[in-house]
Amino acid sequence: MVKKRIGSTLFLLCVFVVLYLPIFYLMFYSFNKAGNMTHFTGFTFDWYKEVFSDKRLIAIVVDTVIVALLSSLLSTVLGVFGALAIYLTKGRHYKNMLLSLNNILMVSPDVIIGASFLILFTLLGIKLGFISVLLAHIAFSVPIVVLMVLPKLQEMSPTLIDAARDLGAKRLDVLLKVVIPFITPGIFAGFFMALTYSLDDFAVTFFVTGNGFSTLSVEIYSRARQGISMSVNALSTLIFLITLAIVLVYYFSTRGMGKVKQLSGGEDA
Amino acid sequence: MKKLMIMLIAVLVIVLALSLVSAKLTGSTTKAGAKTLTIYNWGDYIDPALIAKFEKQYGYRVVYQTFDSNEAMLTKIQQGGTSFDLVVPSDYMISKMRDEHLLLPINSKKVPNLKNIDSRFLNLSFDPANHYSVPYFWGTVGIVYNPKMLGGSKITSWNDLWNKKYRNQILLVDSAREIVGMGLNSLHYSVNDTNKKHLKQTLQKLKKLTPNIKAIVGDENKLLLPRREAAIGVLWSGDAVEIMDENPELTYVIPKEGSNVWFDNMAIPKGATNKKGAEQFINFMLDPKNAAKNAEYVGYATPNREAIRYLPKKIKNDKRFYPDKKLTDRLEVYDNFSKPVNARFNELFLEFKMNH
Amino acid sequence: MTKKWTNTYLIPYVLWIGLFVVAPLAMVLYYSFFDIQGHFSFENYLRFFTPIYLKMAISSIGYAFFITFFTLLVAYPTAYLLTRMKNRRLWLMLIILPTWINILLKAYAFIGLLGTYGPVDTLLAMSGAGRRQILFTGSSFVFVSVYLFIPFMILPIYNSLEKLNSSFVEAAYDLGASAWATFRRVIFPLTLEGVKSGCQAVFIPALSLFMLTRLIAGNRVITLGTAIEEHFLVTQDWGMGSTIAVFLILAMVVVMALMGKGWLKRW
Repeated sequence: MVKKRIGSTLFLLCVFVVLYLPIFYLMFYSFNKAGNMTHFTGFTFDWYKEVFSDKRLIAIVVDTVIVALLSSLLSTVLGVFGALAIYLTKGRHYKNMLLSLNNILMVSPDVIIGASFLILFTLLGIKLGFISVLLAHIAFSVPIVVLMVLPKLQEMSPTLIDAARDLGAKRLDVLLKVVIPFITPGIFAGFFMALTYSLDDFAVTFFVTGNGFSTLSVEIYSRARQGISMSVNALSTLIFLITLAIVLVYYFSTRGMGKVKQLSGGEDA
Repeated sequence: MKKLMIMLIAVLVIVLALSLVSAKLTGSTTKAGAKTLTIYNWGDYIDPALIAKFEKQYGYRVVYQTFDSNEAMLTKIQQGGTSFDLVVPSDYMISKMRDEHLLLPINSKKVPNLKNIDSRFLNLSFDPANHYSVPYFWGTVGIVYNPKMLGGSKITSWNDLWNKKYRNQILLVDSAREIVGMGLNSLHYSVNDTNKKHLKQTLQKLKKLTPNIKAIVGDENKLLLPRREAAIGVLWSGDAVEIMDENPELTYVIPKEGSNVWFDNMAIPKGATNKKGAEQFINFMLDPKNAAKNAEYVGYATPNREAIRYLPKKIKNDKRFYPDKKLTDRLEVYDNFSKPVNARFNELFLEFKMNH
Repeated sequence: MTKKWTNTYLIPYVLWIGLFVVAPLAMVLYYSFFDIQGHFSFENYLRFFTPIYLKMAISSIGYAFFITFFTLLVAYPTAYLLTRMKNRRLWLMLIILPTWINILLKAYAFIGLLGTYGPVDTLLAMSGAGRRQILFTGSSFVFVSVYLFIPFMILPIYNSLEKLNSSFVEAAYDLGASAWATFRRVIFPLTLEGVKSGCQAVFIPALSLFMLTRLIAGNRVITLGTAIEEHFLVTQDWGMGSTIAVFLILAMVVVMALMGKGWLKRW
């Protein structure tokens, strides 16, 4: 049994080391005096100074985060509706059809999505910029939210809903008090996945952005032609550390709250 | 449910706070009411100090947007939806955009500094009489290599690459026109040759190069070559400058069979809302001192004859990047191919890649 | 009653499907019938069945299959072990966190890590395995793709494992089932939904991976996604690009049909 423990700890350790290896590699070279990822010649903070003096870059980062948060929020709402719709659809064929349609955006290569959204937005007369990027990000994040929420719904036993309804609960009450709490982990997972998709996307954003609005990945890609400057590494390091800090603070603060609640006999976190 | 509500409110509060930050950041760099000039350029392809200088001097607010390929930029311009005042396409793209009526003519009276451009680089096939474009930077396609890794052997021609001792040593750039062009050149055909028989011959010849090819890559060759991943790279001179900056062991050569010469050019796209500002900007960038400053920042060769005087000796006397007229006469500008011809080149390149 | 339920939820969702799925889909289908000169024809479909594109399709499917398989192989035990951890929600977030760093930068880091004279290469050389080409091979391509997809597989599996009723597992043990039998007959079938959504979230995008084929595989691997990318952005042959996309969408429908029929459930 002990042996097994060690084995599984080692396995997890390996997974985490591999996951973080490239990130630490990037972070390491962000302090490189030589300004490249080839030879480390000396320690410097120059690249960080460059980041802070580049107002355009910082504005782009802020805009990227705004789009990511807003689009994930809205696509989560839409995705939960979608999952409920699919879950409640009776016919097997309709269900499969909806699911297939849901997944099309996930299989479609980014360029096609980008190009077709561009045509769509120009047809609808939506000005390219913040709104068009936001709409596009919502659009391509919805399917992943659906895929995250749907399994949760399917695990829910139908008797649960029936029981609630037998007790005279209204439709909205059943939804808010029974269904939603049950699928909350799925909703969170969907939100984080949507955030991930949004932060990562380049091709779709490229096509639908305009009028001075830009996101970080579009900027990074178009800088690649000149070779990536270590200030981009420095920026990524900063973003990574800030996110890590937020995750840690968030986690430990909510855990603290959960403990208090548990002691006072409230619902567990 | 409570947790979800907290999350929702937290996200909204953060978004609101960030919007304020964003508004402040973009607001602080500009004066209210200033007319804007929207520039659409490759990323990191201009000295930001020059933009600030231009803003100060002319009172415009400059919006700078970036693209990563000519074709992606074209799609954007074709669709409309956003208006750009100035774009920087490469040569063949200039003629393509002109033919599709996507460019506005430049009023040469408003750009007196045009006289600073070396006459070698004016009146070229892609834009006769420079009605629509002004050269921004220029360069060649060639071979960068590390003599130390090759035991001191010298490369002077395309055909040298087929030498058996360079097994698994070559990085090719992932671009159909350049690689098929290299094949054509190596057989002493023009880079613009579209003869079917010649192209077939080229494919056969390229396939023979396969054992020597390590990979077909893009911009990452600037990371790979300095760290000695491979000894030889076929690429654009602009990339070569950066590679040699990082690792002085490497050197660049324009192959003797001939090669391509390329230009990135400033042009005004259809739908520009500030044509006057765009022309002022072009003129500003053609000022010898500004052009020299930009060339030093970007590292590419400037077509501005007057600006070269302000460049450090080491740069301006480097024949590899500022080749003389004798050498440039051997080089060809790409013709703008029709779509089917372009497709044939790409299919050929795809077939070559599939077999590598 | 139930019918009303469905209708209300369907409205926003169907609106989204109509605007952002059906409309682009119709456009892709429409473009696929035009050749490069803008004439209506079936030429693109005929072209797809030439050796070049067939070979590409087969190799894409093969690679996507390997990538999904290895991702599952790593993700399932990871998700399982995570559910037994103390601060498991935190660890899960730490799994997702690396995906927030730009993919191009991570790919560049991998070029540095896996390249000749890079740390991995040096390690291999020191361990006596000798220097060998790691970068620009099919296996490095699979490795980096698995790296990118792991979080997308772990999340759904973790979700279904977490809700797994531990009393089932205990009951199985009480009935004298071995650990393997418990896993095979109780745990795995009960988490199948999660595995399915995970596989879908990996296999389908893996078919259309494009940037890694150049960055990590040096174009030794060419997927359908790469070809689409090129047709849209380089050749400007939107017709052929759309035709390949049509086949990708068909492939996806087939995968989903297979999953839906429960071919995994046989055991």
